[in-house]
Amino acid sequence: MAESAMAIPASLTLPSLANARTVVRTTTESGLAAKMRLDKVSVLYRNFVAVADVRLSFYANKITAIIGPSGCGKSTLLRALNRMNDLIPGARLEGRVLLDGEDIYAPNVDVVEVRRRVGMVFQRPNPFPKSIYDNVAYGPRLYGHMRRSDLDSIVEYSLRRAALWDEVKDKLRQSAMALSGGQQQRLCIARAIAVEPEVILMDEPCSALDPVATLKIEELMRQLAREYTIIIVTHNMQQAARVSDYAAFLMTDENCAGTLVEYGETRQIFTNPRDRRTEDYITGRFG
Amino acid sequence: MHQRVRRSSNIFMLGLTGLTTVVGIAPLVWILFDVFVRGASAISIRFLTDTFKPTSLGGGGIWHALVGTGILMGLASLFSVPLGILTALYVARNPNTLLGLAVRFGTDVLSGLPSIVVGLFVYALVVSGHGYSALAGGVALAILMLPIIVRTTEEMLKLVPKSLREASLALGAPEWKTSLQVWLPAAMTGILTGLMLAVARVAGETSPLIFTALGSNVLSTALDKPIASLPLVLFKYAVDPSKVRNAQAWAIALIIVALVLLLNISARLIATWRSKMMY
Repeated sequence: MAESAMAIPASLTLPSLANARTVVRTTTESGLAAKMRLDKVSVLYRNFVAVADVRLSFYANKITAIIGPSGCGKSTLLRALNRMNDLIPGARLEGRVLLDGEDIYAPNVDVVEVRRRVGMVFQRPNPFPKSIYDNVAYGPRLYGHMRRSDLDSIVEYSLRRAALWDEVKDKLRQSAMALSGGQQQRLCIARAIAVEPEVILMDEPCSALDPVATLKIEELMRQLAREYTIIIVTHNMQQAARVSDYAAFLMTDENCAGTLVEYGETRQIFTNPRDRRTEDYITGRFG
Repeated sequence: MHQRVRRSSNIFMLGLTGLTTVVGIAPLVWILFDVFVRGASAISIRFLTDTFKPTSLGGGGIWHALVGTGILMGLASLFSVPLGILTALYVARNPNTLLGLAVRFGTDVLSGLPSIVVGLFVYALVVSGHGYSALAGGVALAILMLPIIVRTTEEMLKLVPKSLREASLALGAPEWKTSLQVWLPAAMTGILTGLMLAVARVAGETSPLIFTALGSNVLSTALDKPIASLPLVLFKYAVDPSKVRNAQAWAIALIIVALVLLLNISARLIATWRSKMMY
């Protein structure tokens, strides 16, 4: 939690700020660079509004937790950030989702490129039924042929950063399905970071894991936050408090649409919430 | 009193279901037993490796029919497997589109179609212009295999968790790569099981071959000429006045049954192996 108090100068984390177009995402009042920004974002499934009018900045090299009761649109909002909702027939988005100041829903944007820059880790560990090596190498292989030695080093580097290397270095050719749930989830993290994303989305990454494996993933997230911007959806209040720097609390309004109730530093949200509903939720009075 | 009535009616119903099960399974056991008893005596290495000879020379063997059946199965698989799997991918990917629903309805109808109708269709389409051939027989069998392959492959693809495809797409993989490199491989053992069952289903088909492959007494591997097959030879020998031919017919029946059984057992083995390997 200590580092959340430190304001990282925007010029340090994002050297490409000079670009005129990126003025949009410049610094906020807190002096932090917004890696991604939601500008009046609504997500609709045909005529049903799942998420309504969310304005929110995700800061570079910070962990932001999206919390809220079931069905409030947390996952929908998360999946809007790498256009995974595109896969659902009838889903559409209004407003703008800015990555480094550029709208990822703009017509000239390549969705493949968006997903390479914004990686994702899912609720249940979902390794491919391939070897451990092939799981991690899957992403890099998509982006053209590379030399065997280069691929080897990407795989090792990714597994090391996912804190899994020591456990699997002697069985890279074995099936990933034989790993434990916690190991599988770290493998999925390694697979996601192998394509060098800038943002990592995590959709309840620990909900299928036991407490020990959960703790490992949380430690890993803190380490990864030094290099990546992490956005996590979680049902677990303690986890949100433990791991995140910022927290966004979502709730459904009277039309069943998810709306942003409160957003701020995690410490403030958990110790001194401004909104009554946030306080009720965090103290367990509902949800 | 009530209890006794309940207990005795329970025993009666249990007995009834047991009896119907036995009655239901009896024909299968009977057929297998009868075919084995009558067929086994005529099977020898000679019979398997020799080609057709007149009864005056001992009747010969069925090597030409074994080769013919192998070629017909191979051709039928070659035509139906790629088409069937790609169709299944489309249907599993777009289940509720107009084309997806149409394909599913179409395969249901096709799988219920009498095989002789399929034979007649191929006769009109291929044979009437180009003559009887192994190729025409392969096409007829492929049409019969197609609906089975499409439906089993589709079911197997639907069993693969959607999150697996999403994981691939989230890495920036396009849909076609996701389908070929993640979705299909994840369902592969199940698909293989379906393919074996499809082959087993047409291994004994006779009527569509009468119009198409025609049958032959010589060993042939030419795809544009009539070709022998086990069921066709069985049919011919069974109605032959010669006792030797009749015995050979039973032997062929045993070989076909063994072939189908083998395919079914392999399909089962692959299925159990799969459940151990995967989720």
